[in-house]
Amino acid sequence: MKYVSVFFIGLLFSFGLIVSGMINPVKVIGFLDVSGEWDASLAFVMIGAVLVTSIGYQLLFKKQKPLFASGFSRTVKVKLDTRLFLGSAMFGVGWGLVGLCPGPAFAALSASPSSVFLFVVAMFAGMYLARILWRGAPRIVNKDSDLKARSVL
Amino acid sequence: MPPTVRNPGNTIMHDFIMALLGGLMIGLAAVLLMATQGSIMGISGIASKLLPPVSLDWRWRFVFLAGVLAGPLVMIAISADPPEIEITPNVLLLVVSGFLVGFGTVTGNGCTSGHGVCGISRFSMRSLVATGVFMVSAIITVYVIRHVLSV
Repeated sequence: MKYVSVFFIGLLFSFGLIVSGMINPVKVIGFLDVSGEWDASLAFVMIGAVLVTSIGYQLLFKKQKPLFASGFSRTVKVKLDTRLFLGSAMFGVGWGLVGLCPGPAFAALSASPSSVFLFVVAMFAGMYLARILWRGAPRIVNKDSDLKARSVL
Repeated sequence: MPPTVRNPGNTIMHDFIMALLGGLMIGLAAVLLMATQGSIMGISGIASKLLPPVSLDWRWRFVFLAGVLAGPLVMIAISADPPEIEITPNVLLLVVSGFLVGFGTVTGNGCTSGHGVCGISRFSMRSLVATGVFMVSAIITVYVIRHVLSV
């Protein structure tokens, strides 16, 4: 049941990407091109998603635990570090170059394998390198679990 | 600067409604993943933890991605109308961009779904900052490519 549910949740997410137009790189670039012929429609993807998720999370977090796991992952990291800025800035450059972020990249991969394949391979390579590079890097302090260590770092 | 919308009318309105509808579906998926697995629906994290050293809970991550990959195929089967994918054929651009997206999201601990949707929805300051940073850097990148280099 657990895996059946996850599959359908992935499917629903994918449908959302297709229906909204997020799956199409040229449309995404049109959204990011604010000084050109701006296609603002994709802003409503985030508005709709955040609307549902923020309300849904509030309701869920009143419950004890999720259906198929022992607890909700809801620790909130508080420290703003260089990695967050640097990584997000690099991601933004990559996103702007082609118009694909990770979710749509997977959906687009199955819709048009030949044109998206290289992007996904390079994306996995980047992920792998970053994981190796940051392995053993000092952990970022969590608000919920690690209040004491916060003053140390 | 106010956005300039050319050829207004049904197509533009249609785009906005479909974007909102898609956003609601993405939000519902994020809520359901939290309700069942207790997990944040961050695609960069879900995908990168399938790489070595493989995460102990790799199974649901794998199945989730299988669902994402199945999306367009199911859509084609239902509507016989394949989703439009217009993407640069430039190999160098694809590789550099893919690498930056992979390296950047793991380094910054999240992407559009993890920081932009889930993180903001639980009022995480880090996610709010990350989303601001990647939106701005993406907008600058598109500006430079389209209006400075005119590619």
